[in-house]
Amino acid sequence: MEELLSVINLQKNFDELEVLKDVSFSVKSREAVTIIGASGSGKSTLLRSINLLERPSGGQILFHGQNIMENSFDVNSYRQKVAMVFQNFNLFNHLNVLQNCLIGQTKVKKIGKDEALDKALYYLEKVGMRQFKDAYPQTLSGGQKQRVAIARALAMEPEIVLFDEPTSALDPEMVQEVLDIMQKLAKEGLTMIVVTHEMQFARDVSDKVIFMDKGIIAEEGSAEDIFAHPKNPRTIQFLSRYRQSFV
Amino acid sequence: MAIDFGKLADIFVTNWPMFLHGIYITVLFAIVGTVCGFIIGLIIGSLKTIKVNDYDKPIIKILKTMMQAVLRFYVWVFRGTPMMIQAVFLYYLFKPLINWTSFEAALVIISVNTGAYMAEIIRSGIQSIDKGQSEAAQSIGMSHFQNLIYIILPQAIQNSFPSIGNQLIVNIKDSSMLNVLQVTELYFQTMSIAGSNMRFIETYLISAIIYLILTSVASFILNCLERKTNHEGKKRHIDFCS
Ligand SMILES: Nc1ncnc2c1ncn2[C@@H]1O[C@H](COP(=O)(O)OP(=O)(O)OP(=O)(O)O)[C@@H](O)[C@H]1O
Ligand SMILES: [Mg+2]
Repeated sequence: MEELLSVINLQKNFDELEVLKDVSFSVKSREAVTIIGASGSGKSTLLRSINLLERPSGGQILFHGQNIMENSFDVNSYRQKVAMVFQNFNLFNHLNVLQNCLIGQTKVKKIGKDEALDKALYYLEKVGMRQFKDAYPQTLSGGQKQRVAIARALAMEPEIVLFDEPTSALDPEMVQEVLDIMQKLAKEGLTMIVVTHEMQFARDVSDKVIFMDKGIIAEEGSAEDIFAHPKNPRTIQFLSRYRQSFV
Repeated sequence: MAIDFGKLADIFVTNWPMFLHGIYITVLFAIVGTVCGFIIGLIIGSLKTIKVNDYDKPIIKILKTMMQAVLRFYVWVFRGTPMMIQAVFLYYLFKPLINWTSFEAALVIISVNTGAYMAEIIRSGIQSIDKGQSEAAQSIGMSHFQNLIYIILPQAIQNSFPSIGNQLIVNIKDSSMLNVLQVTELYFQTMSIAGSNMRFIETYLISAIIYLILTSVASFILNCLERKTNHEGKKRHIDFCS
């Protein structure tokens, strides 16, 4: 199958600090890729570089074979196809749940009102938030907010969704409701890259697991490769901290 | 130097058309100045969010830097000098070019002056919105200006509503400085009336009372508006709970 997204020798510095040193990997359509690794290893920076919230310092990112860092590249229309779900939800606070899912469709994609409404309601239903369509973000729990944020991303009907630790800001009892939805989406064939500390989830959904360490990909493989037969000592050490949760 | 209260009513009754005209002009200046100043402030506050990026082309970098310098200069000058001086200076500076009346000049000057204050109010309102919402807007493909118009500004305006409204009250009082242009606002009318009846204490007391009534009415209206927006915020909460 064709590669949807290829990251090639990607580098990112913040002044002196080299956060991404030389990162290469690719994602095919309908694949679920998870990225794991210690705090500060550059996982968020990698995701943010992919939709150009951070400007890479070097290397290439190809989307359908086209270099997204070229000057002539239309960043805003690219971003419509590459949605992002954030750790802190980042819902639009002055808009209600439904409007959060409509605004991108009507103002950015310029879809007609009726069609946009149908889609918004469809995706809200999918994440189990349809009955909260008139609620404002400040009245929702963390898990509910994140489910709305997922619906907002999906309503753009993107080709790939980037999740940056979507459950890390949630109270423990709300983590599962969000993971369940993501698992369902992965099964349905949504292409996704997920940065996560939820190892069981990574093991269950991933077509590919990437272990990042200090700005490089230390190891990459199937869920089975990484979790059952890790080769790199750094991976083994990192996973040993999560061992208990697999028992 | 006693205040002759008997004279107060007398002076008001004899001169009420002049006072009334002064009130009309003062209120007009205050409202036009606040509304136009608000629009100027929105534009400038928005332009101020355009940052120079490392990856911009050199020409774009230069243009952006120049624009920011011009905006800073405007805010610096208009907030840092008295409106009286701005009024006289600009009126005579542009008189030969556009041949404006002092009334037109007064409207423009109070707007441009208020705009400088509003720009700062809007800028800090924009800064108070967390960066995450901007990133979310970008991540669904919004351009910088779509982000401002649909996401940032509605919230920035709501958050800084008290400061925006306060400019109306400031303008009711500060429009008195425009008397230097011989426009017939309330202070200028007061001067004229006192100049002819020589009852300075009583005439200025009447004027002070009128200003106090105007500013009080304005704050009452602003409070109602603010309570209404807050109330709507609360209603959202109740709607959801019920
Ligand atoms: N805008 C920035 N300016 C300077 N340094 C930054 C910036 N963003 C991230 N960094 C640094 O880059 C490094 C990697 O950060 P990043 O957020 O990508 O790590 P992470 O793997 O996502 O960690 P976590 O698991 O804690 O989210 C950190 O040392 C961080 O301090
Ligand atoms: Mg991170």
